[in-house]
Amino acid sequence: MKVNGNKITSLEGAVKTHVKDGCHLSIGGFTINRNPMAAVYEIIRQKTKNLHLYAHSNGQGADELIGAGAVSCLEIAYGGTGKFAATCIRFRKAVEEEKIQVEDYTNYQMTLRFLAGSMGVPFLPSRTSLGTDIIEKWGFAPEFRNQQPNIPNKKLVVLENPFDDWCDTKKIVLVPAINPDVTIIHVQKADYRGNCRIDGLTFADVEQAKAARTLIITCEELLDDDYLKNQPDRNQIPFIHADAVVHIPYGAYPTACYKYYDYDPVFLKQYAELAKNEEKYQSYLESIYNRKSHRELLDFVGRGRLEMIKADKNRGYAAKLDRR
Amino acid sequence: MDYTLKEMMAIVAAREIRNDDIVFCGTGISMLAAMAAKNINAPESVIFFETGAIDSKLEDLPLAVGDPRIMYQSSSNGGLLESFATMQNPFTGSHIVGILGAAQIDIYGNLNSTVIGDYHAPDVRFSGSGGACDVASFVSRSIIFMKQEKRKFKNKLDYLTSPGYLDGPEARKKAGLPEGGPVSVVTDMGMMAFDSESKKMFLKGYYPGITPEEILQNMEFEIDVTRAEEITPPSANELSLLREKCDPHRLIL
Repeated sequence: MKVNGNKITSLEGAVKTHVKDGCHLSIGGFTINRNPMAAVYEIIRQKTKNLHLYAHSNGQGADELIGAGAVSCLEIAYGGTGKFAATCIRFRKAVEEEKIQVEDYTNYQMTLRFLAGSMGVPFLPSRTSLGTDIIEKWGFAPEFRNQQPNIPNKKLVVLENPFDDWCDTKKIVLVPAINPDVTIIHVQKADYRGNCRIDGLTFADVEQAKAARTLIITCEELLDDDYLKNQPDRNQIPFIHADAVVHIPYGAYPTACYKYYDYDPVFLKQYAELAKNEEKYQSYLESIYNRKSHRELLDFVGRGRLEMIKADKNRGYAAKLDRR
Repeated sequence: MDYTLKEMMAIVAAREIRNDDIVFCGTGISMLAAMAAKNINAPESVIFFETGAIDSKLEDLPLAVGDPRIMYQSSSNGGLLESFATMQNPFTGSHIVGILGAAQIDIYGNLNSTVIGDYHAPDVRFSGSGGACDVASFVSRSIIFMKQEKRKFKNKLDYLTSPGYLDGPEARKKAGLPEGGPVSVVTDMGMMAFDSESKKMFLKGYYPGITPEEILQNMEFEIDVTRAEEITPPSANELSLLREKCDPHRLIL
C-alpha cells in the first residue's frame, strides 16, 4: 500500500519492481474470468521463478504461471477452467510429476484466509471440511513449514467451540491468514491513484487486494479521479491499498471481462490442446518470451477475433459468440 | 422416444429439485440439471453460484461458474465470501440443494475430487475441492452426478474431499458438521438414494434397458437393490424444453 501519489506505471516496470523471484503472489479473477492475464504473461516473460502462488480458483492465470515453471509452491482450492479443462492441464502435469508443492484448501477457506489477512487477524473460523482429508492430509511437510518464516506452522486447526454450543456448533476449523507480498488484479475501471470499480462479480478480488503488502492494478479504462468519486457506492477498492496502476485494454484476455469482452473460446481450446503436448507447449512459451507486450498478442489474435468476443451492451458478454 | 444418457441424467436430477429450493450448481451437467428444473418442473427454484451470483437470468448456458453469463440480471453480484456465507448460514443454508460431481464416491456418499493414488505422489491429479467441500459441509441436501464405473464407486476413497455421511449415522454430528448430506446419486445407469437409518447408499431406480445386476457389476461395493424400480424416461415435453430452452447449441448435451 502507498497512500498518495500518481501510481500510473508500465506493466514491465510494475512486475520488475514488485514481483521478485520467490515472492508470495496472488492473482485475481476466477477460472475464465478477469484473470490479470497481461500481467501473467509479463511475469512469464521476465522469467520470474520460485513463486509461492495463492489461488482459490484462478484457472487460466494460475495454469499459465505453473506451465511456465514460475511456481514452486501452490496453495489452491480448484485448478480447472470449466468446459475447456475440467482439470487445468499444466497444473495437473506439474503435480503428477512432483514439480510443485501443493497444499489443498476449499474456496471458502482460501477466501477467508485473504479476508483474515485483510483484517489483520491471524485466522478466521468456519464450519467447512470437518471429517475430510482437507483437514487430515497436509501437502507441505511440517519441517518445510518450520523452515519458512512467511508461512504459518500449521495448515489449519480444528477447535472445540470456545463458546460451548453457541450457534449449535461444537467444532470449528481455523484457517490461517494470507498476506501476499503482491496481489495483481484486473478491473474494469481505475484512476491514477488506484481507486477501483469492478463490474459484475468481484470473486475474491477485494479481499486479495486488501490483504496484500503490494497491490498492482491493471485496468481496461483509466479514468479521471472525479469520475469514480462521483459514484463512490460503485467502487470496491479505495486507492490507499494500491501501489501501481497500469492501463491495459484487454488485460484479462483470453479470459473474460464483464461488460467489455467475453472469454475467447478459440484461444482457450487451442491452449488446452497444446498444453497436453510438451513440444507444442515449449513453442507456446517461446511465443510469449518473444512478445514485447500484451499488445502484440492482441495484434496476433487479430481484430476479427476481438470483435467476436466484444460484449453486448445489455448482456455484458458476447451473446452470439460461437462457443462450441 | 429417442434420448441420450446425458439427457436422461439431467432430467432425472432436475426432477429431484422442487420449487423454493435454492440450487447451488457447478459446471457442465450440473448446471444443465439446474436449468432444466427451472424450465420444466420447478420454475420457482432459484439458481445460485459459488462465485456470488444469485437468481441469474441465464439467457445463455454458462460454461464455467466464472462465466460472465451468470452475471446478467442476477439479484445481486457479490463474491465468494457472500455465497459461502449464504450456505453456512442455517437460515438460508437449509433451503439450498447442492449439485456435485466427483471422481470417486463411497457407500456413504463421501466424494473424492482431488487425487487418485497417494496424495503426496498422485497417479492422477484432479481439480481439487473448489467449493464442493464447502457445499457438502453446509447445505441440507445434495445431488451427486457420477459415471457408473467400478473404479469410481469405491470401498475406500483415495482422498476424502467432500463429506457425505462420513462413516455412518451420527458421524457428521460427531465431526462437528451441520446436518444434511447427499440425498441422491444420478448415474448413467440409474439413481441411488441413502437409507434414513444406516445412511448407506441403496438403489432407488434403474433406467429402461438396464438391470440392477448390471449396476452392481459396475460398483466395487454392494448396495441394497430390493427397493429399486424402473425410472420413467424423459417425456417429449421434458426433452424439448431441455434441448431448446437450456442447451440449444449443444454445448453440454
